[in-house]
Amino acid sequence: MREIHIDDITAAIERLFIDANINLSGNMYTAIKDAIDREASPVGKEVLRELLRNADVAREEKMPICQDTGLAVAFLEIGQDTHITGGDLSEAVSEGVRRAYRNGYLRKSCCHPFTRKNTGDNTPPIVHIKIVPGDRLKVTVLPKGGGSENYGEVRMLTPSQGKEGVRAFILEMVRKGGPNPCPPITVGIGIGGNFEMSALLSKEALMVPPGERSTDPEMADLEREILEEINRTGIGPQGYGGTVTALDVHIKMAPCHLASLPVAVNIQCHAHRMKEAVL
Amino acid sequence: MTGIPGNDAVRRIGTPLMDAVVGSLKAGDKVLLSGFIYTARDAAHKRFSEALAAGKELPFDIKGQVIYYCGPAPAPPGRVIGSCGPTTSSRMDSYAPGLISLGLGGMIGKGKRSDQVKQALIEHRAVYFGATGGAGALLARAVVAADVIAYEDLGPEAVVRLEVRDMPLFVINDIFGNDLYEAGTERYRR
Repeated sequence: MREIHIDDITAAIERLFIDANINLSGNMYTAIKDAIDREASPVGKEVLRELLRNADVAREEKMPICQDTGLAVAFLEIGQDTHITGGDLSEAVSEGVRRAYRNGYLRKSCCHPFTRKNTGDNTPPIVHIKIVPGDRLKVTVLPKGGGSENYGEVRMLTPSQGKEGVRAFILEMVRKGGPNPCPPITVGIGIGGNFEMSALLSKEALMVPPGERSTDPEMADLEREILEEINRTGIGPQGYGGTVTALDVHIKMAPCHLASLPVAVNIQCHAHRMKEAVL
Repeated sequence: MTGIPGNDAVRRIGTPLMDAVVGSLKAGDKVLLSGFIYTARDAAHKRFSEALAAGKELPFDIKGQVIYYCGPAPAPPGRVIGSCGPTTSSRMDSYAPGLISLGLGGMIGKGKRSDQVKQALIEHRAVYFGATGGAGALLARAVVAADVIAYEDLGPEAVVRLEVRDMPLFVINDIFGNDLYEAGTERYRR
């Protein structure tokens, strides 16, 4: 049994949320840079260059890439041969979030659904825990802004709607969002499972690195088709018109009930912030 | 529509917006804005609306002024402001026509506006600007001073008077009914 102290988890969470919000990961930077050549609109190109400049300024000045530093979403993959010591794991994660948003000068964006009263420290975080083989603990943080999250949806399609129904649903959501979710977007799609699992799959799909295709050839083809179609909508960077509306589309799939075809779409803005560490 | 951007030279404009300036701006124009602007987003707009309903004054005279839909990140030590890009404007659509009819000169945000807002821009001569969403670190460089002037209890949603210098913006909706989002998307749809 390998022991991991909760203080190390708190410290990792704090460090990762600050890092994710300030330093755009190299693969997203490259994805935006590569998109400049594919963008037909001069204004679109200018917007993409502006996003790179913004990432540079954020890194140099240690400022968040975007003022919406998100709700704090964390994925923990806990090896079944680890023993977490020193206290309550959930509280350790919350404390890491609290420290990150205070010490990193990140915006606290968490509030009561009706009164809109801010919780003041960006807690509670949204934590997804998976037990996996091994004796390591992998922490992935994905601070997620509200503007893009608002264009997500779960829809229970009928089995007969099939692939065509999925495609139409995704395109409908991208068109509905238009400029609002800050394109160029990354689109996470969860197909199958049940109601809540499809939503989680769509979020996990966003965690796939840009340019990487599904290992399922049929899903990989569908990713390519949907990406191409999204980039024909004309929405473009910031919605000012152009040929790069999405940087990538990722699909995660799971078997579902005989009677169902659940599909979830989770849209991510160009500031796709994610960092991970293994303890 | 003349306004597919990228052709015209960048224009420098200041606040409060003069009517002649508002009348000369076209969707697609790139402008650099200087002067005072006021941040306000969801919760502040709700309070504006409650104040007006109760017959009270707004916390600042909005005639010709520009509201920025923004909830800045906290200022790190030694800075006037943290990251401060625009938020999605459509959530303020139900409040905007009322403010425009009271003389609001412009709004800065990101994303599409409702038909009612676009109609109010035409009727009362005002303009909607877009700032690049998610470019909050870059936009913070245009801010030279920031003072909370109302609703401090709202935290990131308080009304902050920002002094900006050469804030880079695009005109999205003008007084002629043009819409950069619609025109741009139409042009590149395949």
